[in-house]
Amino acid sequence: MTAAIRIEGLAKSFTLHNQGGVRLSVLDGFDLAVEAGECVALHGPSGIGKSTVLRCIYANYRADRGRILVRHRDGTVDMAAAHPREILAVRRETVGHVSQFLRVIPRVAAEDVVAETLRGRGADPEAATKAARRMLQRLNIPAELHRLAPATFSGGEQQRVNLARVFVADYPVLLLDEPTASLDRENRDVVLKLIREAAGRGAAIAGIFHDSEVRDAVATRTVPLIAAREAA
Amino acid sequence: MMQEAPPLLSARGVTKFYEGIPGCRDVSFEVWPGEVLGIVGESGSGKTTVLNCISARLEPTSGTVEYATRHDGPADIYRMSEPARRLLMRTDWGFVHQNPREGLRMGVSAGANIGERLMAVGARHYGNIRQAANDWLDKVEMDTGRMDDLPITFSGGMQQRLQIARNLVTAPRIVFMDEPTGNLDVSVQARLLDLLRGLVTDLGLAAVIVTHDLAVARLLSHRLLVMRRGKVVESGLTDQVLDDPQHPYSQLLVSSVIHP
Repeated sequence: MTAAIRIEGLAKSFTLHNQGGVRLSVLDGFDLAVEAGECVALHGPSGIGKSTVLRCIYANYRADRGRILVRHRDGTVDMAAAHPREILAVRRETVGHVSQFLRVIPRVAAEDVVAETLRGRGADPEAATKAARRMLQRLNIPAELHRLAPATFSGGEQQRVNLARVFVADYPVLLLDEPTASLDRENRDVVLKLIREAAGRGAAIAGIFHDSEVRDAVATRTVPLIAAREAA
Repeated sequence: MMQEAPPLLSARGVTKFYEGIPGCRDVSFEVWPGEVLGIVGESGSGKTTVLNCISARLEPTSGTVEYATRHDGPADIYRMSEPARRLLMRTDWGFVHQNPREGLRMGVSAGANIGERLMAVGARHYGNIRQAANDWLDKVEMDTGRMDDLPITFSGGMQQRLQIARNLVTAPRIVFMDEPTGNLDVSVQARLLDLLRGLVTDLGLAAVIVTHDLAVARLLSHRLLVMRRGKVVESGLTDQVLDDPQHPYSQLLVSSVIHP
């Protein structure tokens, strides 16, 4: 069986054209394979390129070189080379990404933000809203907030909406960028449980967990990242 | 790996000179059914010229624009007969202007503004037309009690919503929008953005949206073209272009946004 995520020889640099053309090489020849049911923790100091790996898999960052194969439907898609519409299909059905920021239209209600994930996958709107409310409830967002736009929520509440938006669907691949960063202990434990449940149903998970307690609790394997210059 | 419908609209090498001065140069892209394409860039970058060229409002100096017609397949929009083109513009296409006054008839009621487009495609039953107008006022979140009022009595945000209703009543397949939220207060803008996004998703509409506002582009469009001095300097998925811009100009554009 092929891995759910297989990265081969990924290189990624940034050229800052408006800052003297400085070129920052972040990844160079990075490899990774994540099987279904695994939760792989990317580990290393700040700025080493952990988020860059996740963003290259999600394809909001464009790889310079290498292949990023994601198992999708009955085949694999190379996220480094796929057509934009194919990438959107992978994001809709296969890869869920919990980023560190919630970005939504200002006045859209929290439950609609979450339900949209399911509606985008063709779910009945009413069923999608019900599932969204259940997931928000599970993440301790009280019912009276569901109809409100998350712009007014606290940082921790916004992050939980962000998590609900991804965990409401059974994505086969999950990319988690500091999913528990601004959460208190109680909510952190809810998220740990969600992650373990996802791995239990066979999701392949790649994540960044700064908190070592969290990492120890969910990661089945840790992959250290080293600076691109040293990797060469 | 995906077998699907051909593009709805294909622009190839679209170039427009205004008395020797280039408006846009060698612009090529495709729009697929249900896809929202954003065109961003500063004033004078040629975004509106491109929008006008692909919507049969401004014939390019060179290059072609093909549209996948419902019955006859892909057709060059500047080679088809005038009546055929008129029919497309009245039925399959919508055009939302930045200034609603350009897209509305200010001297007739809100209901008539919506009904007029239906009558242009043959609707004659007064009751049905009025019902459709009523439904569309409701869909764009306007008070249906204002049906018989003149648009001149509406706020800018309401006029813009009326313009959108007038365009969508004939169930178009693609809508062209020129800075649709440009003239509105921020609070009204957010509401209109939400409305537009919902309509595009629910109706499976394709849209081409010209905007200088990157936040609007991010929230509405699947893909982006970045234009500068008449040329497309970068294109890609919206979050690719905004999170990882490659071209010096795109980088400048993205880094110049002030976040409140």
